[in-house]
Amino acid sequence: MDEHTGYLTLNTGHVFEGKWLYKDDQTEGEMVFNTAMTGYQEVMTDPSYAGQIVTMTYPLIGNYGCNDWDNESWKPSLAGLIIACPFLNPIHEETKHSLQEMVNRHNIPTLYDMDTRALTRIIRKHGEVYGKFTSDPNDFPAMKEIESDIVRKVAIKKSLIVKPENPSSSTQKIAVIDFGYKHSIVETFRKLDCEIHVVPFHVTWEQIKEINPDAVVLSNGPGNPKDLMYLFDNLKPIINHYPTLGICLGQQIIALANGAQTKRLPFGHRGSNHPVKDLTTGKVLITSQNHGYTVDEKSLHKHEWKVTHLNVNDQSVEGMMHRYKPIMSVQFHPEAHPGPMDSFYIFKHFLALTHTKGEKQHA
Amino acid sequence: MPKLPSIKKVLVIGSGPIVIGQAAEFDYAGTQACLALKEEGIEVVLVNNNPATIMTDPQFADHIYLEPLTCESVTKIIKQEKPDGLLPTLGGQTGLNLALSLTEAGVLDQYEVELLGTPLNSIQKGEDRERFKSMMIDIDEPIAHSVPATSTKEAIEFADQTGYPIMIRPAYTLGGSGGGVAANQKELESIVMNGLQLSPIHQVLIEQSVKGWKEIEFEVMRDANDTCIIVCSMENIDPVGVHTGDSMVVAPVQTLTDRQYQMLRTTSCKVIRELGVVGGCNIQFAVHPERDEYVIIEVNPRVSRSSALASKATGYPIARIAAKLALGYHLDEVLNPITANTYASFEPAIDYIAVKLPRLPFDKFTDADRKLGTQMQATGEVMAIARNLPAAIQKAIRSLEIDVDQLHLPSVHHLSNEQLQLQLAEASDERLFVIGEALRRGFSIETIHGITDIHPYFLYEISAIIKHENDLSDRVWEEMEEKDWLKAKQLGFTNKTLAKLFKVSEHEIAAEISHLPAYKMVDTCAAEFSADTPYYYSSWNEMDEVEELDGSQKTVVIGSGPIRIGQGIEFDYCSVQAAMSLRDQGIDSIVINNNPETVSTDFHTADHLYFEPLTAEDVIHILQKEQADHVMVQFGGQTAINLAEDLKNAGFHIAGTSLSSIQKVEDRDQFYQMLTELNIPHIPGETIYAFQNAHDAAQTIGFPMLVRPSYVIGGKGMKVIQNENQLDEYVHELEHELSANSIYPLLMDRFITGKEFEVDAVCDGSDIIIPGIFEHVEKAGIHSGDSMAIFPAPSLTEKEKETIFNYTQKISSRLNAKGLMNIQFVMDEATKDIFVLEVNPRASRTVPIVCKITGIPLIDLATKVQLGEPLQSQSYTLGLHDDIPYYTVKMPIFSTEKLSGVDPITGPEMKSTGEAIGIGKTVPQAMAKAFHWSENKGTAPDEKDWILMTGSLADDNNSSQLCTFLRKAGINIAATHETEQTLKHYGVEVAEILTKEEAKDRFSKKTFTLLFTNQMEDSFQRELREYALKKGIKSFTAPETLTAFLMASVESLHPPFSIQNYNNLIDYNQTEKESV
Repeated sequence: MDEHTGYLTLNTGHVFEGKWLYKDDQTEGEMVFNTAMTGYQEVMTDPSYAGQIVTMTYPLIGNYGCNDWDNESWKPSLAGLIIACPFLNPIHEETKHSLQEMVNRHNIPTLYDMDTRALTRIIRKHGEVYGKFTSDPNDFPAMKEIESDIVRKVAIKKSLIVKPENPSSSTQKIAVIDFGYKHSIVETFRKLDCEIHVVPFHVTWEQIKEINPDAVVLSNGPGNPKDLMYLFDNLKPIINHYPTLGICLGQQIIALANGAQTKRLPFGHRGSNHPVKDLTTGKVLITSQNHGYTVDEKSLHKHEWKVTHLNVNDQSVEGMMHRYKPIMSVQFHPEAHPGPMDSFYIFKHFLALTHTKGEKQHA
Repeated sequence: MPKLPSIKKVLVIGSGPIVIGQAAEFDYAGTQACLALKEEGIEVVLVNNNPATIMTDPQFADHIYLEPLTCESVTKIIKQEKPDGLLPTLGGQTGLNLALSLTEAGVLDQYEVELLGTPLNSIQKGEDRERFKSMMIDIDEPIAHSVPATSTKEAIEFADQTGYPIMIRPAYTLGGSGGGVAANQKELESIVMNGLQLSPIHQVLIEQSVKGWKEIEFEVMRDANDTCIIVCSMENIDPVGVHTGDSMVVAPVQTLTDRQYQMLRTTSCKVIRELGVVGGCNIQFAVHPERDEYVIIEVNPRVSRSSALASKATGYPIARIAAKLALGYHLDEVLNPITANTYASFEPAIDYIAVKLPRLPFDKFTDADRKLGTQMQATGEVMAIARNLPAAIQKAIRSLEIDVDQLHLPSVHHLSNEQLQLQLAEASDERLFVIGEALRRGFSIETIHGITDIHPYFLYEISAIIKHENDLSDRVWEEMEEKDWLKAKQLGFTNKTLAKLFKVSEHEIAAEISHLPAYKMVDTCAAEFSADTPYYYSSWNEMDEVEELDGSQKTVVIGSGPIRIGQGIEFDYCSVQAAMSLRDQGIDSIVINNNPETVSTDFHTADHLYFEPLTAEDVIHILQKEQADHVMVQFGGQTAINLAEDLKNAGFHIAGTSLSSIQKVEDRDQFYQMLTELNIPHIPGETIYAFQNAHDAAQTIGFPMLVRPSYVIGGKGMKVIQNENQLDEYVHELEHELSANSIYPLLMDRFITGKEFEVDAVCDGSDIIIPGIFEHVEKAGIHSGDSMAIFPAPSLTEKEKETIFNYTQKISSRLNAKGLMNIQFVMDEATKDIFVLEVNPRASRTVPIVCKITGIPLIDLATKVQLGEPLQSQSYTLGLHDDIPYYTVKMPIFSTEKLSGVDPITGPEMKSTGEAIGIGKTVPQAMAKAFHWSENKGTAPDEKDWILMTGSLADDNNSSQLCTFLRKAGINIAATHETEQTLKHYGVEVAEILTKEEAKDRFSKKTFTLLFTNQMEDSFQRELREYALKKGIKSFTAPETLTAFLMASVESLHPPFSIQNYNNLIDYNQTEKESV
């Protein structure tokens, strides 16, 4: 292991000394932290982290290595990774490669041996912080915001089709509009016997009509949702015509496209332990989350939208539903990976909604 | 949903005396619950007959009953108090079993008491293995193949189908008592027989063995609205096969992928929902090391040792929240008290690793079999928190207080490679050290994994310690740069270890280490939210988060570390009371301790809590950081007092009694010299520093002698020696077990037969307060911790009391004692001379009893004295107080049945793990309450009962008294020839005279219900005792105990009376000064 020194410099003026896990590899990004204690491989491959330097607050990372089937994308998109104590000799029945091999293979800029808790406190305090990995402690980040076109970098270029696990006559066709989707979303629909068409984020109304899906899903993805407003002319008719589920960024797009507002959270929700109250059942779910923006509840048109889920801690909007159209969305990740599967029922509810819609259309 | 409106008064059942498998964790849980209930305006009734607990202090509940934990007794309390609800899930197995019998007896229905929290049906589904199994089959969750068996035959039949090894788990027993893994039919038969005996329903579960699988635990909370959260996941370093209470455990889980973790999480929620638990629940899994396959081992639908550990490992107060849920609240309605701005319905995220190591009693029980299995044997545990696993392990090791501060045990160091290999194969309390040694010798991780089944991840992390140790020993200290020693400190190396590795003095190391560790906060949320929990652990080369205390005075209270025999929960009581006293005085309190089971490590107890090892180095770092004005060493037992010298030398102010006075009573020579000067008789004795002086000293002192190494806890290594030969044997045995500097100085004293007395005094240098005198029931020669004791002393004359008071006063003045002092006396049977046996310049085991029984807050007084406030100005009468108008009996409780190879006879070395209390208007009444401490314990023997008596009965008053009671009891007596002679001499008719062989034969046929033996060295008697223990036959090893039992068993029990009511009987004009 090459232990040469590297630095994390922040636009707050703070400098942290660490060590390069792989090689000296400069990077800049928005500083975020994730509090999950398992699932580092899924975090590293979640496209929503594009443009961000992710600090794992749990210090012991790499214990069980990395495998071939827990990747959430083909290639990690995060700008950088910070770990307190990497473990580099994993032995687990599923291990295919170590954390270090993963970092090497995908060129993930990674620093370790750092006080990640001190760093987390800085991010919590300042909210929007940008950082730079560098070998020069006086070299501070120039970045002021995540680039507006970040979705283009992570989304697929060409549509693809995923066949259902058990095809049948009742197989539903789902179009997933990709803003940087997590593979688990598609995998969940596949296991629910849907046929999935993943289409690029700039898909047109005509292209969707051609696919003729039973329902549409707006995926998660990186960046500020307001940077995508140029797509709304395309997206609005799709959302209004098909049963639609928005996940994470997908929810924010649905809100914005329907005239509501989004705002930046003080320091984001990233982790596997976020309590969300389902207002219909009164039950609290523990959810997997990864977002820095949220829908402003006050801006929602009350006669059209109802809030279905609220965050127990900060009361932010975690889920909403159109009062008479089959449109629903959640801010958290019902597909989990990493994180609890408490909210898996969202998929079932959505598919049930699709069915009802379908029946009505054919009636 | 808000609180249930109909519940205004709640009965909480405690867990009773500390036994292996049920320790301080339930005091922590119960105390939290009582506080949570009181916070809701509930009137709390508490029953617990463990007088050393914090929960039984009057401020924690409105009506506290130090009364027997039997169905009969609790029924009477319910009848008297008419509570609206009963909270049964916080008093361990004892609490649950009582709630079950109260329900079955129809008591709860009759008095309209609602069972709060988890419904009884759920409890039964969780506890009854057969019902649990069928429920798991219903919901399609895997469990190990098993059958319940009520005979060995059924067990063998199942084993023949499934194959060996096979696991045996008795139903409804504490700490897995009586369970085990059998490798063949012979072992199976023996474990099953024993297990059937121990199970209250005579049932054992025979189960497919999953030995070697990963053992994973989840702590789950569920509310009545069906919200389910995981508070903490834990992974045992020892794979399945070692009881989780005896296992090395880490939190959170380390070797599962998220997919596997979520699989178990989902199952946990599913099972807990199916059970309908409301409150806390523990679920244990065995996970296949190579596949995604798992089985559910067991579910505990109540708070447990693991939930206490989980609470301390995460900061999430499970018992407290469970109490709120029992009142009807939902998780999202209860604030997380740590952050105060998030709710209890979230899952803690932690950013450190916590390691728990068990504290096993084999350092005291050198005869015991050190092997670990499915029967728990640990008396206590320690937890350490660090940012990496090697550091956490090293911190945990030194928290154990086993004279080791690195991964190196001298006894293991001397093993050959072959012996090491053998020891690796068998889990024992030394296994961690055996692994360390094997790695040091170059055993590969694969080899060790192959032998132990311990996951390679853990072995790698352990090897990181050894690897770094090797790296360091190749270097010279002078060339170590800051970054080099910082790395060592980060991995948990102490200055002492570094000094050893570099062959330089500890002082040289300390001089170079220019900064202090940083202290990080435990906040349940990995710093995601702001928290102001004053709960810290040390880390190196990182940012410090401690918010400086702003009070004008800061005082540190040193805790007592893990619970072990000789140092139990009583010192946690003292530490907690001291912290509370400081708070009341407006002084900032800082507590240092490492025991996750306790109230002292609840972050609410002090203004700052440091979860750290109690070594001089770790403590000094905290003192330097906090710049405390005073350090209190009198409350944390021997652990704290032993630190006094190092702390003083490091320049800190020891509050109260000075170091030189502490040394004066702990050093025999100085002590005897002082007593001589004060004209106080002491027992003829000498201190020897080498074996060659032993025989000369023996000549001067004369036999019998009491011999022990200096600075011992609980009489470890103490023995009565009758002749020169025994003396030689004793020393050789010690040399075999201990290093020379732990044996010498060796203390030799004349052994005087007679009654023992003891006082706890609070002194300020000139005045003293003695609330009363304890009188031991058994004669000198039995450790005070293992003796029954009566308070106030019934047999002392006024003149004798005065003598005891005068001696105490004189010693206190000479020492200029400030704070607490415990003195033990012996009165020579023949001459009636009173000798001072020992002085402990600190709180003692009996302090909590005195405080509760007399209502005099000794700890509060002592705390104030130590900070300079004289007793004169505090509102209590000085001097020896008049006897209180009722009696208290403290009865030792043993866990010997869980420790194979330990002779259950009482002697100079302490063996009990806990104590029960009985209070009554008369001595026999108090005795009766004590003997009835648990179901069926105090039942009077009658003409159907047989007692076997074999031992030596002295020709004295006590024997004569025993014989009087034996005659009155009308039981059948069988005796061996010699014993029969003595009995006949006192007019006791012996129905059968048996030879040793006949006695053994008859014994195995179970025709006896009682046994009396009292000779330690006699192997025949020892065999009988061990047999009695296994069979649950009442066994007595001192004539006085048997007399007390016979006297008490014929008493009819008086109605329960709360401690508050008892205290009201005291004439306070005598105790408390008129307020001015």
